[in-house]
Amino acid sequence: MHRALISGIAIAILCSVVGLFLVLRRYSLFGDAIAHSSFGGIALGLLAGVYPLLTAYGVSIISALIITKIKDKYNISGDASIAVLLSSGIAIGLVIIGFSGGFTIDIFSFLFGSILLVSVDDTILILSLTGIILIVILLLYRQILYSTFNEEQAKVSGIPVEKINYLIVFMAGITVVTAVQLVGVLLISALFVIPNVTAIMYGKGFKQTAIISMSFSVFSVVAGILISYILDITPAGTIVLLSIGLLGGTMGIKSAGLLSKN
Amino acid sequence: MSIVEINNLTVHYPDVKALDDVSFVVNEGDFLGIIGPNGAGKSTLFDCMLGLNTKYKGTIKFFGKDIKNSKNYLKGIGYVPQKPIFEKNFPVTVNDVVRMGLRNESDKEKIDEILQQLWIHELRNRRIGELSGGQQQRVFIAKALVNNPKILILDEPVAGIDQQSIELFYSILRELNSKQKITIIWSSHDLDAVNKLANHVACLNRTLFFHGESEKFFSDDKLVKQYSEASMQEHMHHH
Repeated sequence: MHRALISGIAIAILCSVVGLFLVLRRYSLFGDAIAHSSFGGIALGLLAGVYPLLTAYGVSIISALIITKIKDKYNISGDASIAVLLSSGIAIGLVIIGFSGGFTIDIFSFLFGSILLVSVDDTILILSLTGIILIVILLLYRQILYSTFNEEQAKVSGIPVEKINYLIVFMAGITVVTAVQLVGVLLISALFVIPNVTAIMYGKGFKQTAIISMSFSVFSVVAGILISYILDITPAGTIVLLSIGLLGGTMGIKSAGLLSKN
Repeated sequence: MSIVEINNLTVHYPDVKALDDVSFVVNEGDFLGIIGPNGAGKSTLFDCMLGLNTKYKGTIKFFGKDIKNSKNYLKGIGYVPQKPIFEKNFPVTVNDVVRMGLRNESDKEKIDEILQQLWIHELRNRRIGELSGGQQQRVFIAKALVNNPKILILDEPVAGIDQQSIELFYSILRELNSKQKITIIWSSHDLDAVNKLANHVACLNRTLFFHGESEKFFSDDKLVKQYSEASMQEHMHHH
């Protein structure tokens, strides 16, 4: 349980920070697309007898970088490129699963998350990746924020916008596969998107919004894990429903005019 | 002393020649108004000068150096685009936006100074999307000025803004040029404003058909009429 909570908190913080940049860049479903492509990587790892998360990391990062390149080069719209990535990943996964003899308990745990089964090694990996990505974001905060706000002006100020874009996509790839252990492939975008959409309604400035998003995300994850443990149900659904509850509550507060106009 | 040199600048797009053999020099302290109808190539010219478009023939020099060899010249430039595009709900305050322009985090006091200079200090904790067009443009000027640029480049910065804000905006530009000696390169459709503010004028319509002192341009009825005709033709062509 302790490992689950520690890992869950780290993943919550990581997803809300990386997810904030994705949401503001209008890449809300990008996390979903990478998660679906990671499914192909997981299936490949299971078939090859390699630790599936490693192949998932590899496939996710490569898919994310390729689709970004294709989108830029062939001028395909963001939502279309997400649809391509999303369906390719699942399709490849299904074909590989077909060769390996069908669905197993391992496949289900990747589809729906298995944070309560997280090992010591997994926890160390999650904490390390979270720490590294957060440090990178802190060091390059101005460049990432500026290029998210307005790419053209960021370029004129000397920021290498293309490199920053690839960095964001790379970090998103790692974050997605890390988070798959908590909520699974099917619900990953909830962790990226919902706390941020909620926080944007509250926060004035960027740092304030990020802190609020992290708080909502951590609350949903901790409460979700504890409630699901007590009720003996899957944490993923509980976490996402709590997150949606916070969003719904915020919308209610806003409708009642109790929130300043944002 | 020249601070910007454009020599034989030509830009081809697949269907059209956007700029044709444009050459001019901007000296330190100049206030240059670039005028021309829609489609004249003003934004293309700025894109090339700012490194956003590198597919051109000819040379562009800032501070004596060809911009194709190094991007360092951008450190000496402040840029205010026509109408900055951003999400209305983007969670950044006025302070956050101006801070984006800071290259050196130790210059944070400069933000307060600039906000006060432009009469937007009391808006510093408001979200950028909540402000009026005129207020937003002052924020983007503040962002452009926060690094003490030697050159300020503005691409039709008052399009769609209320008249009161425009007057305030022009008085700010006048002060920046006359008191702080910032070189200003500014594209505009407002001939009256260019006449009042700019000491040099460049008339652009894919080629440069005048560059010189604004007094000379505005005292020559034939030149002013030629620009006005070109503008009218462009207006009628599009309608």
